[in-house]
Amino acid sequence: MNEKKCHGLACSETSRRHFLSHLSGLAALSAPFTSFANSLVANAEDLKKRQKSAILLWMGGGPSTMDIWDLKPGQATGGPFKQISTSVDGIAISEHMPMTARQMHHLSIVRSMSTREADHQRGRYYMHTGFVPNPNVEHPSYGSVIAHELAGTIESLEIPPFVSVGGGSVSPGFLGTAWAPFVVSSQGNVKNLESPVSRERLVSRLQMLGAIENRFIGEKRGQLPKDHREIIGKSVQLMTSSQLAAFNVAEEPTTVRERYGETNFGRGCLMARRLVEVGVPFVEVNLGGWDNHNNIFSTLADQKLPDLDRAMSALIADLADRGTLDNTAVIWMGEFGRTPTINGNGGRDHWARSWSAVVGGAGFSRGTVVGETSVDGREVISEPYSSQDLMASVLKSLDISLDTTFRAKNGRPMKIANGGQIIPGLCS
Amino acid sequence: MQMIAWKCLQNYGRYIRQFQLGKLCGTSLVMLLLCQDAMLRGEEVSAVPQIAFINTQVESIWADAGVEPVEQATELEWCRRVYLDLIGRIPTVDEVLRYKNDHSRDKQAVLVDRLLGDEYVREYAKHWSNVWTTVLIGRDADNRMVDRSGMRKYLQTAWESNIPYDQFVEELLTATGDNAERDEPTVFNGATNFLSGKLGDGALQATAKTAQIFLGLQVQCTQCHNHPFNSGVKQNQFWELNAFFRQTRALRRFDGGRRVAWIELVDEDFAGQGGDPNEAEIFYELRNGLVKVAYPVYVDGTEISRSGLLPDAFSDGTSYGVNRRRELASLIRSDPLFPKALVNRIWAYFLGYGFTRPIDDFGGHNPPSHPALLEGLAQRFTEYSYDLKSLMRWIVLSKSYSLSSRMAPGNEKDVPGSGEPPYFSRFYVRQIEPEQLYDSLMVATKANGVENSDRQDRWLSQFVIAFGTDEGDSSTTFNGTIPQILMLFNGDLVQSATSLGKDGFLDQVMVANRKNQDRINALYVAALSRWPSPIELRYANQLLLARQGQVKEALQDVWWALLNSNEFILNH
Repeated sequence: MNEKKCHGLACSETSRRHFLSHLSGLAALSAPFTSFANSLVANAEDLKKRQKSAILLWMGGGPSTMDIWDLKPGQATGGPFKQISTSVDGIAISEHMPMTARQMHHLSIVRSMSTREADHQRGRYYMHTGFVPNPNVEHPSYGSVIAHELAGTIESLEIPPFVSVGGGSVSPGFLGTAWAPFVVSSQGNVKNLESPVSRERLVSRLQMLGAIENRFIGEKRGQLPKDHREIIGKSVQLMTSSQLAAFNVAEEPTTVRERYGETNFGRGCLMARRLVEVGVPFVEVNLGGWDNHNNIFSTLADQKLPDLDRAMSALIADLADRGTLDNTAVIWMGEFGRTPTINGNGGRDHWARSWSAVVGGAGFSRGTVVGETSVDGREVISEPYSSQDLMASVLKSLDISLDTTFRAKNGRPMKIANGGQIIPGLCS
Repeated sequence: MQMIAWKCLQNYGRYIRQFQLGKLCGTSLVMLLLCQDAMLRGEEVSAVPQIAFINTQVESIWADAGVEPVEQATELEWCRRVYLDLIGRIPTVDEVLRYKNDHSRDKQAVLVDRLLGDEYVREYAKHWSNVWTTVLIGRDADNRMVDRSGMRKYLQTAWESNIPYDQFVEELLTATGDNAERDEPTVFNGATNFLSGKLGDGALQATAKTAQIFLGLQVQCTQCHNHPFNSGVKQNQFWELNAFFRQTRALRRFDGGRRVAWIELVDEDFAGQGGDPNEAEIFYELRNGLVKVAYPVYVDGTEISRSGLLPDAFSDGTSYGVNRRRELASLIRSDPLFPKALVNRIWAYFLGYGFTRPIDDFGGHNPPSHPALLEGLAQRFTEYSYDLKSLMRWIVLSKSYSLSSRMAPGNEKDVPGSGEPPYFSRFYVRQIEPEQLYDSLMVATKANGVENSDRQDRWLSQFVIAFGTDEGDSSTTFNGTIPQILMLFNGDLVQSATSLGKDGFLDQVMVANRKNQDRINALYVAALSRWPSPIELRYANQLLLARQGQVKEALQDVWWALLNSNEFILNH
């Protein structure tokens, strides 16, 4: 890869700035493009203030946490995996997570997650929003909430504040499409960035477009027409941003890429680190394939856990080495756990009653375990924690006030994290 | 520029010039310089009893909720809406003018009947084939067990013949034969594609999707346990429903090579997991490890024969056996949830929100917002022999569908998704589906409306994101976010739609009109079914000035802006 890749319109810094100033001068004629163009020009030289970010490692399908973080060796429900010790005395995890075990002093396990949504769609929604699906309200997901709360603090950010790598996350709900995840593949190639016309013509086109957009918005047809205009602004900003390079994991040295693993998830975790370093407040990295109704143990031992272990351990170690971990919360979870009972096909089915999530970085405690399950893993025998509680803890670790309330347009106010309580012992 | 705008208003209703759109629509038409759009009238159709029923119901919903309906949409807004919703694309310039110039009192009904009639039957069927392909097999183009073009071919034929909905579902549920069309099409039956990719893992997907799509029952969780929140379905019922699919097999067929060439869906005798075909049971496991047995029993408790043998007769003439899928189809057809699930789906399709959210969940935890309207409409749909076109006609000619999408005082709380159910007191703006965008761009810019579905599928596949579960669910990035905006800004589709090539759309507009203002008008009507506002004309004229001597490039810039606008991408 050539070091200086030409991204979109941002071929050189000088011409990019020229383009933007041109645009901002003319943009007075069409309101939508004024704000971002001005902020870009005005703040391009601002020093990046070190601010908080979060990375959600989303395990689509519902991972078997009792084969990863909370093993029950010797039990009928325990499966064949052995435990190994970790960098923290007294914490043992799966033998198939050896590299992550060496990073355990940066992480904490919540072994007492207990939820009620064991359907993929409902569980995905609940764990992403802290709310049970409701026919009359569309709740915003983690990434939208955190991006919404933190984006204002990062004026130099030119790429979207919520990036989802390799998967779609959950909708921004009533916060509006402007807070939707920017979905990219783990290859990091953002498509359609090159304008087919010259900058000069693009500026004229945008002015014409501004006139049409504004007329329609002025007719009071609700949120969507406004969101559309806002996203056009973000798209143009992206087309001209040199920060696009953050998506280009191929720029990393081979040794680094190999440490994360040459897998989609490995590249995704590496991209997450790069994105956080340019100031993106929320990155979700998706690793699917945990819906192991059949042959779970070989699938975990041979495919899922080696990929997870390599990428997750590299991410944590890298963030710690580079001093970013103190400002970056990392959350590992799926929509639920899997049945302690091993089914007739050598698999485990959906199970929400007792499972584990893992957190680290930012304001989280390091190297601790919260909560406990029964010997066979079927019950949480300590205080059970919900999606809301986990979300409240994540927000706390990022210094986001739990008194924040949202008001859906014309709706009743809703407390951030649905009134969840900070999990005792999880935040330092 | 202001002067031009004034002239435009002064010339209201005056006939300016004729122009030839040539290949675009094949007819010569009159381009009127109209700057205003009239309100809908629509009092004629309220005499139809089913439409009157809907209107009475929504009026009582408004009264109960204390909301005021907004004013009617303009007639061209409504016209664009029905083209998009009934045949999946925006109207051409020709079609807009034809509707505009129809001065009959019942012009709304006339247009709806035309769109539902012979003139548009192919486009109607193509559009609904797109809609139902997504419902039945999703947007994932990679599944080897499914042939998308086979599915489309079946749907096209079925919808061209306005197949009654109950017959349609029966054909999907009982289909046998080859899922793909081949050189010797002896047993081709594209309807097999609904089930061909859902029979793996003991037909779990067939069970879950059949219940979800046709009955609005979410049973996928009950595969493992009784669902604590869904009062409807128990674990045994999942497996008893599943037992109906156990005679069915999807056989991989090969053309000599190693790759699966097509799938043949067959019914075979099922010996049961215990080995006795007269008592052909399946086994499933409870949470505590206990194994239970299940026979085919419908969700309402109706039992059918336990035989796993297909219908046949002994030499003495006595018959035996049963076709389980046929039995299932007939039980589903008589289930009261069956018409309700469809009505909810179609209502949500036209009005933006259904009576439940998600629309395919009628569980006890998710009561419908307006049950009387849902049930009354389902009853009328049943009485009308499940005639889909009638149902659509009632809905698009009803009051709710005719309302403006502009908010107004008295209407502020009707914002679905913010804590209140939808009251249908205005038309909810929504983004058009990617298939609608594709077809709209084709018709707005190309001479031939016939498009290759495979090409459309390839284009669509760039938006699909999988969720990584065994259920194969996915979502799309064609949802108004940045990737979509970038695709429309810079992608191939819009580049070709805005090309300057000879006989391309812009070339035709250039040739057909001598005055730039007429050219701008033509672009506006083609994209937005309306004429430009004075301010917009001012901007367009600035563009023309800036590109002095390069009129075509200036028009290209206007056209690009129109195709990228919120007004174009939103159904309003």
